[in-house]
Amino acid sequence: MEKATYKKPKSLAEKEFSYCPGCHHGIIHRLVAEVIDELDIQGKTLMVAPVGCSVFAYEFFDIDGTVAPHGRAPAVATGMKRAMPEKMVFTYQGDGDLAAIGTAEIIHAANRGEKITTIFVNNAIYGMTGGQMAPTTLLGMKTTTSPYGRKAETEGFPIHVSELLKETAGIVYLERVSVSSPQEVIKAKAAIKKAFIAQMKGLGFSLIEVLSTCPTNWGLDPIESIKWLNENMKKEYPKGVFIDKVGDIR
Amino acid sequence: MAERIMVKGNEAMAEAAVRAGCRLYFGYPITPQSEFTEYMARRMPEVDGVFLQSESEVAAVNMVYGAACTGHRVMTSTSSPGFSLMQEGVSYIAGAKLPAVFVNVVRGGPGLGDIQPAQSDYFQSTKGGGHGDYHLIVLAPGSIQEAVDLMETAFRLADNYRIPVMMLADGMLGQMMEPVVFPEFVKLEGINDHSSWALRGADGREPHKVTSFDIDPVKLEEMNTETHKVYEEIRSKEIRFETHDLEDADYILVGYGTMGRILGSVVKTARKQGIKVGLFRPITLWPFPYDELKRAARGKKFCTVVEMSTGQMVEDVRLSVEGSLPVHFYGRTGGMVPTPDEVFKELVRLIG
Repeated sequence: MEKATYKKPKSLAEKEFSYCPGCHHGIIHRLVAEVIDELDIQGKTLMVAPVGCSVFAYEFFDIDGTVAPHGRAPAVATGMKRAMPEKMVFTYQGDGDLAAIGTAEIIHAANRGEKITTIFVNNAIYGMTGGQMAPTTLLGMKTTTSPYGRKAETEGFPIHVSELLKETAGIVYLERVSVSSPQEVIKAKAAIKKAFIAQMKGLGFSLIEVLSTCPTNWGLDPIESIKWLNENMKKEYPKGVFIDKVGDIR
Repeated sequence: MAERIMVKGNEAMAEAAVRAGCRLYFGYPITPQSEFTEYMARRMPEVDGVFLQSESEVAAVNMVYGAACTGHRVMTSTSSPGFSLMQEGVSYIAGAKLPAVFVNVVRGGPGLGDIQPAQSDYFQSTKGGGHGDYHLIVLAPGSIQEAVDLMETAFRLADNYRIPVMMLADGMLGQMMEPVVFPEFVKLEGINDHSSWALRGADGREPHKVTSFDIDPVKLEEMNTETHKVYEEIRSKEIRFETHDLEDADYILVGYGTMGRILGSVVKTARKQGIKVGLFRPITLWPFPYDELKRAARGKKFCTVVEMSTGQMVEDVRLSVEGSLPVHFYGRTGGMVPTPDEVFKELVRLIG
């Protein structure tokens, strides 16, 4: 008898992703949708998309959603959650959105222990606007606004969001993951699930930082991009669990 | 009969909002409106409402945006520099067609300015303020009682037209005390049923999407056209203004809010001395009562606009009367409030 072993999650809409080949947004979207399906919360989840490559994310998920002004997703999500505390609310944000223009909103939402979840996708560059330097851009990395390579003297250092946030008392789950191999995809999904469960239990704020590629703006093909991520991004941004106040969820 | 209570403007407006069914308040302290925020901090827990002090006005307006997405009555209050910070969010709220109420207790500007009453945010409130083609409904109360009475109207207009509504007060209205009669608590059942579009979870229905966004210019133009049809309807139905002694008047004084009230005293003084002057006080600054003012100005000798600014509403007055009579302006700025005596002298000077 035939048995389906792989199908589109219910919580993903019947829409083609607008992402470039080799970009990790598609994988991360799928993992979030699988988690929503498995927790059976499709009908009670609200999402806040950012400004950036994932601005269309609200269309790619088959759930209620909006787009926040650039960087403000945690404040928008706060308003939603306070209005309807019984719903599940998550933001999906890139590194330009969350770690540059939206620094204040993410720190304060986390510090308030806002009962929302943030999926933070870090690819060390501005994708949507065409490859400009992000606060997460690595030293020496060439972008259209750091054409000679990022220099610490003039552009400062790559910002480590998870390391900054780990001192924040309101966070109950904080982990940095990557999705550049099948094993890591499985671990990333488990992390996202735990972050959502933290919210379901009403424990506080949860954030998963996902290291991601940007082949188009890195100027590499998808395979080279994964290699570059493994050799450079993971060194600057080591994977790991920074905060876990959720405990065993099995 | 309902009890008259002596109360400060900021607190009166806050209580009126609670009675209008607002149970979600997000705000950031700023003088001269901080009593509003403080009142909500005390009051919201008493009515099982939400009070949250945000990290900035930028965050406050976006919290309002998020709460408004769920279709519940929500508001913030601020003063001029704070409202400047909110403009991006206001534009998104207007673009996404969300109901929300803003109170701006205007103070002297530009920049840090001061903390005294002013009316220098008229352009910002009525002509946009943020980016894109949009309007807020702007209500300008002339007394604390009127602010209290207009608060439910503000929420109702926001709900009915899915539009942000601004209550444009000033430091005088916010800080002074007057006896006020509060309305009864509004019952919201059936009033703001936004279940056809609000984000409340797609349980047993198609998902709802609330945005000010469409990458396709054809569709974005359609969205804007739809919004502007609503603006046309508002223009035709929601204009509010007040007049006094206009019928036999030779001269018209025009002012709004606190200034409109002061002009009421000027009219009384002038009438006692046999000067035939009347008052036109716009209550909705958007939509502005262009046609009504034009009709009121017919056959008069001149019109004088008095504002606590260097002259902002005067431009709309000129547009109204279309050159049919001279339009003069008198204004004070920086927190200086023209006295009735000062305006009366100016009127006498202009009559010559």
